[in-house]
Amino acid sequence: MNGVHDMGGMHGFGKVAPDADERPFHATWEARVLAMQRAIRFARAWNIDMSRDAIERQPPQRYLAASYYERWLMGMETSAVEKGLIDPDEIAAGHALRPGKSVARVMTKDDLGRPFTRGSFSRPPGHEARFKPGDRVRTRNINPATHTRLPRYARGREGLVEAVRGCHVFPDSVVTGHGEDPQWLYTVVFNGRQLWGANADPTLTVSIEAFEPYLEPA
Amino acid sequence: MHTDDDHDHSELSDTQLRVRALETILTEKGYIDPAVLDGIIEHYETKTGPHIGARAIARAWVDPQFKAALLEDATKAIAALGVGVGDHLIAVENTPAQHHMVVCTLCSCYPWDVLGLPPVWYKSAPYRSRAVMDPRGVLADFGVTLPTDTEVRVWDSTAETRFIVVPQRPAGTDGWSEERLATLVTRDCMIGMGLPRTPAKATP
Repeated sequence: MNGVHDMGGMHGFGKVAPDADERPFHATWEARVLAMQRAIRFARAWNIDMSRDAIERQPPQRYLAASYYERWLMGMETSAVEKGLIDPDEIAAGHALRPGKSVARVMTKDDLGRPFTRGSFSRPPGHEARFKPGDRVRTRNINPATHTRLPRYARGREGLVEAVRGCHVFPDSVVTGHGEDPQWLYTVVFNGRQLWGANADPTLTVSIEAFEPYLEPA
Repeated sequence: MHTDDDHDHSELSDTQLRVRALETILTEKGYIDPAVLDGIIEHYETKTGPHIGARAIARAWVDPQFKAALLEDATKAIAALGVGVGDHLIAVENTPAQHHMVVCTLCSCYPWDVLGLPPVWYKSAPYRSRAVMDPRGVLADFGVTLPTDTEVRVWDSTAETRFIVVPQRPAGTDGWSEERLATLVTRDCMIGMGLPRTPAKATP
């Protein structure tokens, strides 16, 4: 969706300021939010793509006014209701009003001893990769109202396939309820002028990680 | 664990109340266990961090074979150091000709396994909006200037691949041990939003 989360190339947000406080969490509630997200994903209530989608669908005014962990909180409330795990009246009450549904698994203390590393998003390919390193490609000009990982600034642009990254879960499909639909993933690099026009920094190149359905031969 | 927002329970913000409500509901319904949340938090506060990435970078600076392996498959190479790292980690090397920077314009994707949780600035709108268009301007915000003819390559983390920058080894560090070199490797230089410390600015 063409939301405010898709920030690449926007003006007006000001300078980047170093963190005044380098602690990982700046308040207790931020840590609780992160931990809840990890635990509920472990329960397979929703996946990472659904988390991102739920955040992107927040009203733009809310999204922009919220801090990072406030966005996570909004996303979790939205997802928990949409997936039927909780009900809005329970949020209002601050307590469960009905018994829980069954979830795939519940994280226990034993699971804390296991590595916290990210899982793999690789999936067996259903077909050969359509592109190879060195191929010229053009990103499609798509504007889905649903979740996508092709940023607006890189749509309809000509670039070069630099690497094939394997076949991965396709977020656009997962979030719309069409399953993982694994797709080949490529690093596609663009010249700065291709993205930003004649006045772009002449030394700039930008790459995105592009799923095959985002690309066509140039 | 800092509890600076928990001292006065009569003054809880709307956000704090909502977080508390959500945790209560999810717990009462049996989806999560608060004691497990404590353990998750402890992990992110004490175990992960940029020291993991710094160790790999320092090793790459002293061991050409390791550097080659890191650039070939960073997940595998870092696992060989005895550190578990999730899949799809990609290391990119800075040279005099090319400087790499990493951003996530769409959300805040970041290599947690090797750098810990991202700093606030990395997740902020100024960085996410400007890094892909004006990386030199963004670097200037942090007081970093690159040679005018160095190519700036920005990696937008739009999928589940994650990136770590292998900075150039600072001059004047010949004969330094791996451990000592690791003290020069800042988090920001592994994002490409800075350069390693120079020997003069090394922390003992």
